[in-house]
Amino acid sequence: MFTATRIADKKDWISGATGDWEIIIGLEIHAQVASKAKLFSGSSTEFGSEPNSQVSLVDAAMPGMLPVLNEFCVEQAIRTGFGLNAEINLFSRFDRKNYFYPDLPQGYQISQLYHPIVGEGEIEVDVDGADTIKVGIERLHLEQDAGKSIHDLDPNSTYVDLNRCGVALMEIVSKPDMRSSAEAAGYVKKIRSLVRYLETCDGDMEKGNLRADVNISVRKPGGELGTRCEIKNVNSMRFIAQAIEYEARRQIDIIESGGKIDQETRLFNADTGKTRTMRSKEDAHDYRYFPCPDLLPVKLSQEYVNSIKAALPELPDAKRARFVAEYGLSAYDAGVLVSDREKSAYYEAVAKGNDKKLAANWVINEVFGKLNKENIEIENSPVSAKANNSIVKMITDKTISGKIAKQVFEICWNEGGDPVKIVDERGLKQVTDTGAIEAMIDEIIAANPEQAAKVKDKPKTLGWFVGQVMQKSGGKANPQAVNQLLRSKLL
Amino acid sequence: MSVDAENVKKIARLARLDVPEERLEPLAKELNDLLGWIEQLNEVDVGGVEPMTSAVETQIHLRSDEVTDGNIRDKVLANAPKSEEGFFVVPKSVE
Repeated sequence: MFTATRIADKKDWISGATGDWEIIIGLEIHAQVASKAKLFSGSSTEFGSEPNSQVSLVDAAMPGMLPVLNEFCVEQAIRTGFGLNAEINLFSRFDRKNYFYPDLPQGYQISQLYHPIVGEGEIEVDVDGADTIKVGIERLHLEQDAGKSIHDLDPNSTYVDLNRCGVALMEIVSKPDMRSSAEAAGYVKKIRSLVRYLETCDGDMEKGNLRADVNISVRKPGGELGTRCEIKNVNSMRFIAQAIEYEARRQIDIIESGGKIDQETRLFNADTGKTRTMRSKEDAHDYRYFPCPDLLPVKLSQEYVNSIKAALPELPDAKRARFVAEYGLSAYDAGVLVSDREKSAYYEAVAKGNDKKLAANWVINEVFGKLNKENIEIENSPVSAKANNSIVKMITDKTISGKIAKQVFEICWNEGGDPVKIVDERGLKQVTDTGAIEAMIDEIIAANPEQAAKVKDKPKTLGWFVGQVMQKSGGKANPQAVNQLLRSKLL
Repeated sequence: MSVDAENVKKIARLARLDVPEERLEPLAKELNDLLGWIEQLNEVDVGGVEPMTSAVETQIHLRSDEVTDGNIRDKVLANAPKSEEGFFVVPKSVE
């Protein structure tokens, strides 16, 4: 039985006519396993193929066809279970969940109700980059996806494509441990990050490869749990937040005007930002679960499970701890860098052989900043990690100044090319030759004798001279050298 | 445990079976007879006996993750009452 002991932060309370309320949120995430073939058949899982071209007679539920379990999918469920710090069940079993819908030709979904492959776990979730909360995991189980129904091709008919039918899903059920839309969004981000690190699911929310059902109820802070509603298939972070805000307000309004919440399934409409009843209570599904007689229980050996654990990659929490402990990065910066597998790999490639902090600042401010501004994913960055590694190296050994480095980055972004060559060919090397800098300084002082005389009384005006020298050198003079020389001449 | 005509009606609806009104009572009786036999089994003490999942002691057979099937759209659609452009076409299933 679910309990919800934590009380929401006061800032997350919602005020109603009868006082404050808190939102209790639990999520069911469906993550498509990154397998080549389906959970129980040998047909392909590839996205976007011709309708019904990736359907076997097993997926089409022809009489007498038998499901055969895909070993890779079992392994991915276990890997994900480890990512969730969860218990791996050496005994699990498949059940039939019975219901009728045109995109489910079997008339039942093969799922795992009574004996899921993964049991309870717990993960840490960052909320808005500030707080960290713990969210309990209730279970992870394997199940089949349904096909796709297309309702807008014809006014009187539905068109059914079974290509997705039978594709393996991991359903990850959280405990009702979230109290705000920000916490729920943080949880989804963490799960997405984990499955992408583990490469058990590609996390593509646009294609529906990772989607969430949101369970929401409201209660007076710390009070009795209310009746919950389930919002189906909310498929972006933004919609999850919108659906939660709308649904919480709807429930509070009903209760405060003397009404009662019906436990029901609701649909989120992305166009209006509202939720509406999907299935009325009267028609509530009675799934009549029973063990699937076509499949034997899955019995795993401890050695097999251990071997999977031994082969896990470094996960985001461990990576962040390492970046803090070994590289001396701040927890915040480390968090930004590990939030995504591609991002952390990119950073590590830039930092290789370089100063780790300098590399972190460079990647976060210059690279991520530019990518965000241009709305480009890191995988498609026009400037490679290798090129950035060279740029950072040149800053470190003082070949170029930080300012010139930004110029070089812009050139690489717009025109491509090797940063070392660019610096060479365009004469962007920092001038560290004190003789050359001194000559420039003398020239400027000679041209501005009054200004130069003032510096002794007003040392702050030295900055003006620094600016002049930098300008004259085209930004290439070494700022430390310029400062030092000016001080010795004018102070 | 016993069922009445109302239960039979509900189960039939969930299973999409068209059971005529006059068959509900007789079916309820038949089902109750079956449930009675099953209840007799409760007299057997099975404490400490593992539930049997198969008549033969064997491991579940697993398949490697390879694409070995599909591309048989004509076969898949062969029995469909209606199909178009490679899709199954069924009566509108949303309101």
